[in-house]
Amino acid sequence: MQKLEVRLRQIPVPELPVEERIRTFNEVALGYTEEQALAESSRCLQCNHPLCVELCPIHVNIPKFIRLIRLGAYEEAYKVIRERNNLPSICGRVCPQEMLCAMGCKNTIGDPINIGALERFAADYGLERGIRDLSIKPFTGRSIAVIGSGPAGLSVAAELVKNGHHTVIFEALHEPGGVLTYGIPEFRLPKKIVEQEINYIMKLGVEIKTNIIVGKTITIDDLFEEGFNAVFLGTGAGLPKFLNIPGENLCSVYSINEFLIRINLMKAYLFPYRSRTPIKVKGKVAVLGARGMDAARSAIRLGAEEVYVFYQRRIVGRRDDIRRGVEEGVKLQPLTKPIRIVGNGGWVEGVELIRLKPIYGAANDSKLIPEPGSEFLYNAGTVIIASKHIPNTIAATNTSKGIKIAEGRKTIIVNPETLETTRGIFAGGDVVSGASSVIKAIETGKRAAQSIDRYLTGKL
Amino acid sequence: MNEIVFKEELAPEIKRVKIMNPLIAKKSKSGQFVILRVEGDGERIPLTLIDWDPKDGTITLVFKEVGASTRKLGRLEVGDIIYDLVGPLGNPGEIVYYGRVCIVGGGVAIASAYERARRLKDAGNSIVAVIGAKTAKSLIYREEFRRLSDELYITTEDGSEGVEGYVSDVFTELLNSGRGFDLVYAVGPVGMMKAVSEATKPYGIRTIVSLNSLMVDGTGMCGCCRVTVGGRTMFTCVDGPEFNAHLVDFEELEAKLGMYSEEEGRILKFMGS
Repeated sequence: MQKLEVRLRQIPVPELPVEERIRTFNEVALGYTEEQALAESSRCLQCNHPLCVELCPIHVNIPKFIRLIRLGAYEEAYKVIRERNNLPSICGRVCPQEMLCAMGCKNTIGDPINIGALERFAADYGLERGIRDLSIKPFTGRSIAVIGSGPAGLSVAAELVKNGHHTVIFEALHEPGGVLTYGIPEFRLPKKIVEQEINYIMKLGVEIKTNIIVGKTITIDDLFEEGFNAVFLGTGAGLPKFLNIPGENLCSVYSINEFLIRINLMKAYLFPYRSRTPIKVKGKVAVLGARGMDAARSAIRLGAEEVYVFYQRRIVGRRDDIRRGVEEGVKLQPLTKPIRIVGNGGWVEGVELIRLKPIYGAANDSKLIPEPGSEFLYNAGTVIIASKHIPNTIAATNTSKGIKIAEGRKTIIVNPETLETTRGIFAGGDVVSGASSVIKAIETGKRAAQSIDRYLTGKL
Repeated sequence: MNEIVFKEELAPEIKRVKIMNPLIAKKSKSGQFVILRVEGDGERIPLTLIDWDPKDGTITLVFKEVGASTRKLGRLEVGDIIYDLVGPLGNPGEIVYYGRVCIVGGGVAIASAYERARRLKDAGNSIVAVIGAKTAKSLIYREEFRRLSDELYITTEDGSEGVEGYVSDVFTELLNSGRGFDLVYAVGPVGMMKAVSEATKPYGIRTIVSLNSLMVDGTGMCGCCRVTVGGRTMFTCVDGPEFNAHLVDFEELEAKLGMYSEEEGRILKFMGS
């Protein structure tokens, strides 16, 4: 009986105890030990037609690397992942596996395999030991400018440089990584890991220039003039949208981007001794919007008295991270909508919200309508607005190249096959899809690299 | 890149530096700004571009040592490197012929007032300038303004030079004595810009202010610098920094500028110890 139990249930990933989590920004998931990785990998059924590979946007050969882990061949397992994934230690941590690969796991009578934790195990093993697979084609004489150093840009650059092209990434901020650096908190994705992954890509030969805003410091036209043969736009979806409700500009009302940038990029949690950038978390904190879990968990760590996330239908995030947030004390309040933010003397005092009621329609769908008279006030010293982000068009509009941008969504319109927007200019990641996921950005980066390759050899 | 090639003290705690950055020097336009960091754990501070030279590749900044970061910046010497420098940010101002232009500048912002005055003069405008500081010792760019402007009014709060009082008082008097302007450009403390705006509003004179909101990234990502203009939320960094003064909610701007004064006090205490 004991044996069957082991095979049915996932080996749990060790985590920091809750008491420790709420006081620090240290990573919560500690990752598998070798013993745990061996045990978990032995649960894989090694299917003949693995659905997990199909559901992985970049089709990592999951059964193969899991088999290699089971055999103790960690270096080989790492190389199998690296063949397809240029940011494996990151994906192992932030991919919502339960909605991707693990959803296809055919271990149906038990839990699916914890593919993410195994990927992280093998990826960290390789990254820590500096294992490299440097099969780089000879220099082609072609140069590509990549705008933005987030997951899409890093992925396209890694692929292009492997194919022998000179590749330079231009980053607007003072640190590379895009959303991996400014958006995802340390406790989910340590910045040391981001740094190591970027170093790996730089060692392949990719050059990264920080503090350059394409569209301001230089333009896409300048890049072509300087001799770049193609341009890739991976500028993400970094502009916050506000709710257009009264009181949004009171002191201590943050966009989730500002809140997370202060914490993740500027290290405001180390203020004043090891960071000069302050942040204010006073009393109770109201996070408005389904995308607010990272901010809510950060607020807990900054000493908030209480943290509520108010949202309409479903909280956005990985299952494990939502569970961890709740364990840490984040309170979730669905079926609510903010009406206004109230303040006194220029400072926020609370949020007025209204409850929503689902009205079920004929076709399995539902509409949320405000319940009259259900308005309530939540007293808060800090309010964080966590609504959807839209792309920043600085790079795409300050050029004569005529890049097509969708009205309203502000996304760049591309050929869905080739990811080309106009001759020689390609785009991928959130700037094309709107706010999406790290893995999808990596996937479009890889696809764009193939198109750019074909473009440079006159086959596109 | 980013090396300080020239430094001078214009007044106590007010310094002018020239920094080597050919890319920014090539693209800069009047009214734009840069963001810099002095050290690896430093904050990002926005500073208005006072001058730029595409030929020698330098930009010029003028700053007052008001907080921890600007004090650190003030300690850098010729040959030192600015840790991070990015720009030019924000939208350029409009440099066209208006006719008679009044430039109002207060405190350290007199430097940016002068920059604009110079460009507008070159565009054929006649310049009436009203500049002021706390005391004569802290008044900058007075000789430059003397050479440039068709008329110059100087004020100090303690009366040590020019008229005793605020620039906005002298400006308002000027306006009420029947002087007409085709454009008023005001830059300085929020209270001053607000007073100038209130003075010109009844006359319907086009009035532009350059706002000094708090910022983090400066590219529209965070929204820290948002300000209400004509009832709509704008970002100073990407929609400004210059706005029609008559539409700006100055009370809100003032409140937001003071948001971290408590933290600023803590850091200065820590630096002093």
